[in-house]
Amino acid sequence: MINKEVRNVAAALEGVEDGMTLMLGGFGLCGIPENSIGALVEIGVKNLTCISNNAGVDDFGLGLLLQKKQIKKMIASYVGENAEFERQMLSGELEVELTPQGTLAERCRAAQAGIPAFYTPAGCGTEVAEGKETREFKGKMHVLETAYEADFSIVKAWKGDEAGNLIFKGTARNFNPAMCGAGKITIAEVEELVPAGSLDPNQIHIPGIFVNRIFQGAKFEKRIEQRTVRSK
Amino acid sequence: MALDKDTIAKRIAQELKNGFYVNLGIGIPTLVANHVPPGIAIEFQSENGVMGMGQFPFEGEEDADLINAGKQTITTMPGASFFDSAVSFSMIRGKHIDLTVLGAMEVPENGNIANWKIPGKMVKGMGGAMDLVASAENIIVAMMQVNKRGESKLLKRCSLPLTGIKCVKKIVTELGVYEIIPEGFLLVEYAPGVSIKTIKNATEGTLIVSDNLKEMSFS
Repeated sequence: MINKEVRNVAAALEGVEDGMTLMLGGFGLCGIPENSIGALVEIGVKNLTCISNNAGVDDFGLGLLLQKKQIKKMIASYVGENAEFERQMLSGELEVELTPQGTLAERCRAAQAGIPAFYTPAGCGTEVAEGKETREFKGKMHVLETAYEADFSIVKAWKGDEAGNLIFKGTARNFNPAMCGAGKITIAEVEELVPAGSLDPNQIHIPGIFVNRIFQGAKFEKRIEQRTVRSK
Repeated sequence: MALDKDTIAKRIAQELKNGFYVNLGIGIPTLVANHVPPGIAIEFQSENGVMGMGQFPFEGEEDADLINAGKQTITTMPGASFFDSAVSFSMIRGKHIDLTVLGAMEVPENGNIANWKIPGKMVKGMGGAMDLVASAENIIVAMMQVNKRGESKLLKRCSLPLTGIKCVKKIVTELGVYEIIPEGFLLVEYAPGVSIKTIKNATEGTLIVSDNLKEMSFS
C-alpha cells in the first residue's frame, strides 16, 4: 500500500503558491473542500486562477477567497449567488471565464484521462465558441474544447483511506471525481479517513492512484445554500 | 385568464410520457414535478448528479449532501442513483434524457434561446443550459410571455447573447402553447379565457394561428 496520508491541511497544501491554477470540487456549497479553502485564506496566496463550477456565496466557499481578493481569474459555469463576485467582475477586478457546465466537467475529465481536447456541441453558435475551432460531425457543428491544466486539484470526499481511495456521498460527488488526477497534484479532504483495508474495494468511486495527498478535515460546516422543506 | 406559474407547469406535465427521463430547469420548470399524471413512471434528473429526484424533505430531514441544481435540499425516490458531473452530462450530451424543460429570457421565432446573460448587467452564467439545449432533441421552454416591463419575450430576433441555436421545439407561457415552425410561432393552444388579440399583442415575432387551435384543458 502506498500511503497518501498527510497530517493536516497545511501539509496537504504545501507548494501552493501565488499565481497558481487550482481546480476545486463542489456544486454550490455542496461537496466543497471547505477545510482547504479556509486554509488558503489563512496562507494568503494571491493571483489564483480557480476552476470550479461556482464561486461560493459571499461568506462561504470560494466567496471567502474573493473577499480577500486572492482570486485573479475564475473559471465557472454559474456564479449567480455571489454579490461580491458580481461586483468584482463588473468592475473588471476579476477576470471571469464562463463555461457550459458539461464542458467544464469534461475538460476536467479530459485532463484526468490524458485527452488533450474534445469536440462538444455545447456553446456552438454562441459567444462561448468564439475564437475556437469548430467542426461538423453528422451534420451538426461542434466546438473544440481543451483539457484544463491545473497545478492542484482540491477535492472533498465522504470517506477515504490511507491509500487515497475515495467514496463520495449523495450529490456532494459532483465535480470532485473528474478533478482527481486532473491537476499536477491532487489533494483530497475527507470527512472520515480510515486505515487501508477498511473500505470495500467494490465500493471505491475514485482509486487512490488519482490522489496524491489525503487528510481528514478538522471540521465540516456543510452549509446548506437553499434550505427547502415541505410540511408533514 | 392568463395562467399562473404553477398552471403553466401543470400544462407542461401533460407532455410527460411513461418511461421518460426528464431534466427540469430552475424556476417554473421545477414545478412540473408536482403535476406528474397518475399511472406513468417518470424519473427526474438533476444535472448536479442525481437521477430519481424526489420531493423536498420534511423539516429536520434536510441533508447538506443532497441538493438539486437549484441548490435546494431534496430527497430521492426508490431506484434513484448518484453520479458525478461528467457522467451527468454524458446522459445529457449523449441524448439519454427524453425531455428537457427550461426557462428563457428570450425566444426568437427561429427557435434560438437566450437565458444566461444580460451584458453589463446580470452575470449569472449558463450553468448546464448550453449543454442541455445543444444536445436535447425534445426541449420545452416554460416562461412568462411578457417581461416585467410589459415587453414580449417571443421575438423576431434575440437581443441577448444566445444560449443555443435552433433548438426550441415548444413553448408554454401564461397565454398559450406554441410550436416553432419555419414560418414562426404556431399557436396551438390558448389559456382559458385569453383572446387571440391578447396573444397577438404579447407576441413580437411572427404568430401563426393553428387550424387546430384549441383551449388548454386541465382535467
